[in-house]
Amino acid sequence: MLTPGNQNEELILKSITMKRTTVTLSTIAIALLTITVISCKDGKKETNDKEGAHMEMGTEEGHHHESTAGEMDHGTMDHDMGSSDAQGTSVIDSYLQLKDALVADNKDEAAKSGQALASALGSFDISGYDEQQQKELSDIIEVAKEHGEHIAKSDIGHQREHFEGLGKDMVDFIAITGTSKTLYQQFCPMYNNNQGGTWLSASNEIQNPFFGSKMLTCGKVQKEIN
Amino acid sequence: MKVLKIIVLVVLLGFVGIQFVPTDPNLSDVVPDTDFMSVNQVAKDIEHDLRVSCYDCHSNNTQYPWYNKVQPIAWFLEEHIKEGKEELNFNEWGDYSDRRKRSKLKSIASQIEDDKMPLSSYTLIHKDAKLSVEEKERILTLVNDLMEELDN
Repeated sequence: MLTPGNQNEELILKSITMKRTTVTLSTIAIALLTITVISCKDGKKETNDKEGAHMEMGTEEGHHHESTAGEMDHGTMDHDMGSSDAQGTSVIDSYLQLKDALVADNKDEAAKSGQALASALGSFDISGYDEQQQKELSDIIEVAKEHGEHIAKSDIGHQREHFEGLGKDMVDFIAITGTSKTLYQQFCPMYNNNQGGTWLSASNEIQNPFFGSKMLTCGKVQKEIN
Repeated sequence: MKVLKIIVLVVLLGFVGIQFVPTDPNLSDVVPDTDFMSVNQVAKDIEHDLRVSCYDCHSNNTQYPWYNKVQPIAWFLEEHIKEGKEELNFNEWGDYSDRRKRSKLKSIASQIEDDKMPLSSYTLIHKDAKLSVEEKERILTLVNDLMEELDN
């Protein structure tokens, strides 16, 4: 038989255990928060490591193109940047891959190519150019690299915004480095609330990277480069 | 119960312990000549908008909230501010190349238009940082003017 006094004691005991549970729960919550923050930091590091890995891939690609570009270059001795054409080609190729990924509405491929573009730009050696060109190239590379890095970690809408920004940078880049490729500067007047957007393609056929399948053939060729 | 007690104790000690990890607060007394407001002609009201809504994470000087004294919140904010400054630092505007300025202006415009900036996690606490329609409009006008200036 429980006396009233005993009942009270039991109640007090219960409330103490309840309080304990609340304290425990809140400390566990804090602990979890701490762990999340710390693991967030680790996550960052991991992406950095991944960048490193891509970097290596980028240079490998560069080597690969060196041989092909070398063969193609025999006929095009008219521009004096022959030796740097290979690294320029790796920049242009990543850009074109990025363009194709956006045409295909493929966010993941676009992210990959964006990273490859950033790596190719990061390892681009400007020492062979004169002072004025070096200044301009380093400005272009700084901005274009940032675009590439953003494309690597964004949704497709944001990827396209940065890709639009890249258009002018690529045109100016190629104006200095030259290229053995024939490229077409293309323009879609409807992008970004009818402000329009420029891109480069290796084919004169229009395949719109800003709208993808929504409006695949919107746009026109503005200029042939090379 | 005993195990639980030990866990609680360890967690508590850990929580107290991390409070002693030194932080590197984003505070600077100097406003450099390269600051956005010195390089550009910015109307007072727009300057106020930008300072309240952007400068905490996009400059070298943060107006910290009281809870920045508590870890791990301080770390969380530190990461945020570091990232913000890497993207855009209004204090360093004058050092940016014209190309970078143009690219940043474009990004500022699209981020504000799409309500992606200021971050909703930030305006949740900093109610005054939320930009009204008029505030957004006048910032966008300034941004467009600056872009035209660069093109000429």
